[in-house]
Amino acid sequence: MAQPVSEKPMVEIKSVVKAFGEVKAVNGVDAVIKEGEFFSLLGPSGCGKTTLLRLIAGFEHPDSGEIVIAGSSMENVEPNHRPTNMVFQSYAIFPHLNVEENVAYGLKKQGLSKADLKAKVDEMLNLVDLKGYNKRPAYALSGGQRQRVALARALIMKPKVLLLDEPLSALDKKLREQMQVELRSLQRTVGITFILVTHDQEEALTMSDRIAVMFDGQIAQLASPQELYRRPKNQRIASFIGVMNFVEGQLLAIGNDALKVEAGPIGTVSIKPNQMPIALPTGAVTIGIRPEMLTILFNDSDKAEIEIKGEVVETSYYGDMTYYSVRIDQIAKPVTVSMRNTSGRKVLDIGEKARIGLGAESLVLLG
Amino acid sequence: MRAPRSFTVFVGLYLLFLYAPVMLLPIFAFNDSAVIAFPLKGFTFGWFAGLANESTLFVALKNSLIVAVSSAVLSTCLGVLAARAAARYEFFGKKPIMSFLMLPLVLPEIIVGVSLLIVLVQLGLDLNVWTVILGHVLVCMPFSIAILLSAFNNMDRFLEEASLDLGATRRETFFRVILPLVMPGLMSSLLIGFTISLDEFIIAFFLTGTEPTLPVYIWSQLRFPSKLPGVMALGFIMLILSLVLLTAGEYFRNKSAALAAHENKQ
Repeated sequence: MAQPVSEKPMVEIKSVVKAFGEVKAVNGVDAVIKEGEFFSLLGPSGCGKTTLLRLIAGFEHPDSGEIVIAGSSMENVEPNHRPTNMVFQSYAIFPHLNVEENVAYGLKKQGLSKADLKAKVDEMLNLVDLKGYNKRPAYALSGGQRQRVALARALIMKPKVLLLDEPLSALDKKLREQMQVELRSLQRTVGITFILVTHDQEEALTMSDRIAVMFDGQIAQLASPQELYRRPKNQRIASFIGVMNFVEGQLLAIGNDALKVEAGPIGTVSIKPNQMPIALPTGAVTIGIRPEMLTILFNDSDKAEIEIKGEVVETSYYGDMTYYSVRIDQIAKPVTVSMRNTSGRKVLDIGEKARIGLGAESLVLLG
Repeated sequence: MRAPRSFTVFVGLYLLFLYAPVMLLPIFAFNDSAVIAFPLKGFTFGWFAGLANESTLFVALKNSLIVAVSSAVLSTCLGVLAARAAARYEFFGKKPIMSFLMLPLVLPEIIVGVSLLIVLVQLGLDLNVWTVILGHVLVCMPFSIAILLSAFNNMDRFLEEASLDLGATRRETFFRVILPLVMPGLMSSLLIGFTISLDEFIIAFFLTGTEPTLPVYIWSQLRFPSKLPGVMALGFIMLILSLVLLTAGEYFRNKSAALAAHENKQ
């Protein structure tokens, strides 16, 4: 996943605030997006991610703060003079133009010869896998094709930053997954900075170099997908990104290279300082454990660093995976355990007793 | 669900009451008699042929065409401005302003005609085709605004943003994206404005001076019983022309709605 991304800042967002009436859609956001990076703004609807994107595009202007793109302040710069191009959620394909005319729309001003224009359009259509669709009218395009046209139309402008506003949300699941892969490889091919707005955590995780999780107009955490998934800063982020089990416990002692934690059935364990993403004082803490970090010990001979006993209260069979809800003494909510259905492994029924194993390194302390 | 029988009868009577008098127009336009009365005497094209000799008729026709074309173009241009503003922007007093613009729709034309006449006379202006155009723009504009407002409202706002985003200025965006997309609405507005102006009598009657429009000419001919069948023939031609124009107008209006529906589907 990791690819060399330059350390040069491409988009700098400095203390940006934007309110609509009483509502502060973006409430003091600071972030630096690097050149060539695939950056995602992830959050639930109404968190301000789309407003932030529109601020970068220039469709909205910040009430305070500043946006700098490629070293130049974008204050009072209209969208048509910004080095950004946008792929709209609805794609906004011009309905009165055909594919070729849509893609060439932004180049018309450059006064290229007909042959040059056609060569550029063909190159772009090739890139987005729409070769030979030049004369196809806009109304005769499927959702996926519209999206490719929108991409080609934006990329032909050779923007420094490509902005994508929930570009995959209108597609069905299969096509969406296919486009995720294509979009990512397209970004690698063209090397342009991509900023993607999405509410789909899976989409953000699979595609991005870095993700900014937004809640209530602010960035709650900005990190790489792995960091975000493994070390979420708080419960809200943890439950927004994937599934997380929460266990109440006590932080007993904070040492230089070990933290001592005690949590009911888990007992007292020693964990590494980086398992606490934000500094917490000793006392009551919430401990997070991902479902795949828990293992059901099917055989009596199976051993784990920490073992706890429970009873299956719910089984969800997904084909490749089985998700169990397991009730454990001293933990209020049943914990979710996911197990891969490898050959010969049985699927437990409701009511069966299970031994669950985990390692201390899978725990994360949340505020 | 099937409508009750009594409804069908009611609708039948209603349509008869509405259109039976109009049907007299073609009947007597082709009747070979100077008297407008039953029984019919025979079939003739004579009244239509006779129109060709009426030189004042052609002057009136020319006046009417000037008035109708000018009114349609002016009311459509003003309608574009008003509709665009109402569809796209929020401004102080938007609702009352729009209501006032639509008011001529329900204002009695005789009031409009008399008021304009008084104002023009007080200003010392001569009555001619231009004063008629002034009055007609007033009555055509609500129709233009209503048609164009729906055309502008149906347009996806993001298309404009996409155009700006791709480097076009606001002006270029208007001509390359907005105008082509509201074109069916524009055509519809022009045709309906033209038809309304062509058929309008009361305001034209007050403001026409010595340059009568076609309806005013027809009215002046009614004093001579011998001219009546000729007027019937002329009326028939105008009826057909109006129907053709309105049908064309509706065609463009539906096209505009269909385009919008397609655009919003995605």
